[in-house]
Amino acid sequence: MAGETRSVKVKIDNVKMIFNTRKGQMTALNGVNLDIHENEFITVVGPSGCGKSTLLNIIAGLLQPSSGEVLCNGQKVEGVGRERGVVFQQYALFPWLTVKKNVCFALEMRGIKGAEAEKEAMRYLQMVDLEKFADHYPKELSGGMKQRVAIARAYAAEPEILLMDEPFGALDAQTRTQLQTDLLNTWEKKQKTCFFITHDVEEAIILGQRCVIMSARPGRIKKIIDIDIPYPRTQETRMSPRFNELKNEIWGEVYKEYLEVRK
Amino acid sequence: MNKKSGGLADRIPTKVWLLISLAAALIVWTILSIIPVTSRSFPNVIVTIQQIKVMYDRGVLLTDIGSSLISVGAGYVIGFVISLPVAILMAWYVPVRNILQPWISFIRNIPPLAYVPLIVLSAGIGRRPQIITITIATFLIMCITIYQGVMNIDETLIRAARVLGAKDRDIFIRVIAPASLPFIMTAIRLGASTALTTLIAAESTGAMAGLGMRIRTLNSNFDTDPMLLYIIIIGIIGLIIEKVIDFAERKLTGWQEKREA
Repeated sequence: MAGETRSVKVKIDNVKMIFNTRKGQMTALNGVNLDIHENEFITVVGPSGCGKSTLLNIIAGLLQPSSGEVLCNGQKVEGVGRERGVVFQQYALFPWLTVKKNVCFALEMRGIKGAEAEKEAMRYLQMVDLEKFADHYPKELSGGMKQRVAIARAYAAEPEILLMDEPFGALDAQTRTQLQTDLLNTWEKKQKTCFFITHDVEEAIILGQRCVIMSARPGRIKKIIDIDIPYPRTQETRMSPRFNELKNEIWGEVYKEYLEVRK
Repeated sequence: MNKKSGGLADRIPTKVWLLISLAAALIVWTILSIIPVTSRSFPNVIVTIQQIKVMYDRGVLLTDIGSSLISVGAGYVIGFVISLPVAILMAWYVPVRNILQPWISFIRNIPPLAYVPLIVLSAGIGRRPQIITITIATFLIMCITIYQGVMNIDETLIRAARVLGAKDRDIFIRVIAPASLPFIMTAIRLGASTALTTLIAAESTGAMAGLGMRIRTLNSNFDTDPMLLYIIIIGIIGLIIEKVIDFAERKLTGWQEKREA
C-alpha cells in the first residue's frame, strides 16, 4: 500500500496546461494534483486525449505547465533533468548507433567515457538480457528488443524516477506480457519510482501499486485506486478474483470516460 | 513488388542481368539505326565507337571531358558547401526560413538555360559563368533537400537525447548531424544529376571546350555521329558518379531502416 509515511518524490501541484491551437485555446489539463512517493510504481489510464502524455512531459520537464508546478525532491521542475528518465512508446533509439553505443550515450552524458562506459553498458544490457546483441544496430532488432534497449538506456542514466509513456503500446500481446514480467523483475530488484502510462487496464493492474484514472476534456484525475495485490506478481495474478474485481472497477471508470469523449 | 518469385529470373545474378540489359540496349540501338526514320538520329554502334578515335585525333575528346569535369566538379562542390549551412540555418531560424524558402522555390523552377545570359553579362565568358551556373542549380536542389530532411528529423530522438542530459551542443553534433546524414546523401545524389543536366546550359556561355559546348557545336553542323558519342559519355559519367555515391551511402548510412529497395 502507498503509505503516507513514505517520502514524496514528485509533487504535482494544481497543474493546468493550455495549448494554443488554430481553433483557439484547448485546456489539456486542469487542476491536476498528485503525490508520487519514493519507489512507488504508479500507473495511469484514461481515454486518448485525456492529457496523460502531456502530464508525463510536464513531469519530465519537456513541457512547462501554464500554471501550477511540479516539484521533484522538493525542487521546482523547470526543464529536463537526468534524475527523471523517460521511455518513449516509439523506442527513440538512435538508429546510427549500435545497441551498446545507445546505452553508452546515456553513460557519456553522465561523464563516464571510453572503455569504462562500454563495460558499464554491457552490465545494463545484461539486465535486459541483450548482451548478445550489443553490436547490432536497432534496425536488426524486433520491437520488443528495441524497447528493452530503450529501458536499459534509461536505466543507464541512473534516474531516480522512470517516466514511461505507453512503452509497450506498439508491441504484440505476447511480447508485452513478457516485457511486463521483465519490468517487474527489474523494478523489484532495483527499486525506482515509476510513472507508467498505458491504455491497457490489465497492464495497469499487474504493474502498479496505485492506478490513476484520468478523465478527458479537460484532463483531470478522476480517481486513484490502490492495487492491493502483493508482489511478486506473476501471470497467475491475472487469474485471481481480486485482479478481476479491480479490472472491472477500473475498466468501468475508463469506459465511462471513453463514452464521454465520444459524445 | 516482384510479380512472382522463385522463377528463372530470380536465379540470374545481378551482374548477368546487367550484361543482358546492355545487350538489349545495343539491339534496340541497332534497330533504331536501321529504321529509316530514326537512322538520322542514331548512327550505328560501330560508327559511333569509331568516333572515339576521330574526336581523339582531333584533340578535343579528352579536353572536352576534362573541361566539363572541372566545371561540374567545382560548381557541385561549391554548391554543396554553400547549401549545407544555409539549409541548417533555414531549419534552425524561422526568419531565415521564411525569407529564403520562397526565393528558392521560385528560382528552382526556372530552367538554367533561361538565366544563363544574365550570368554571362556580369561574370563574362569562360570558366567562371559555367561554374556559377552549376553552383546555382546544385545549390537550389541540395539546399531544399537538406532543409526538408533536417525539418523531418524525428523530434522524439531529440527529446530522448535531452532527457538523457544532452546539451544543445551534444544534440547538434550527436543527434542532428547523424540524423541528417541520409538526407545529405540524397541531396548529394540529386545534386550530381542536376550538375550534369545543367551542363549544356552552363557551357552555352561561350565555353572553349566541354561536352555540352561540343554537342551544341556538332549539332549546328548536323554532325550526328560524334554527337551521339558525347551524349553517351555524359550518361556514363553520370552512372559512375552514381555508383560512387551508392558506395559512400552504404558505408555511411547503412544503419537506416527500410533500405534495400
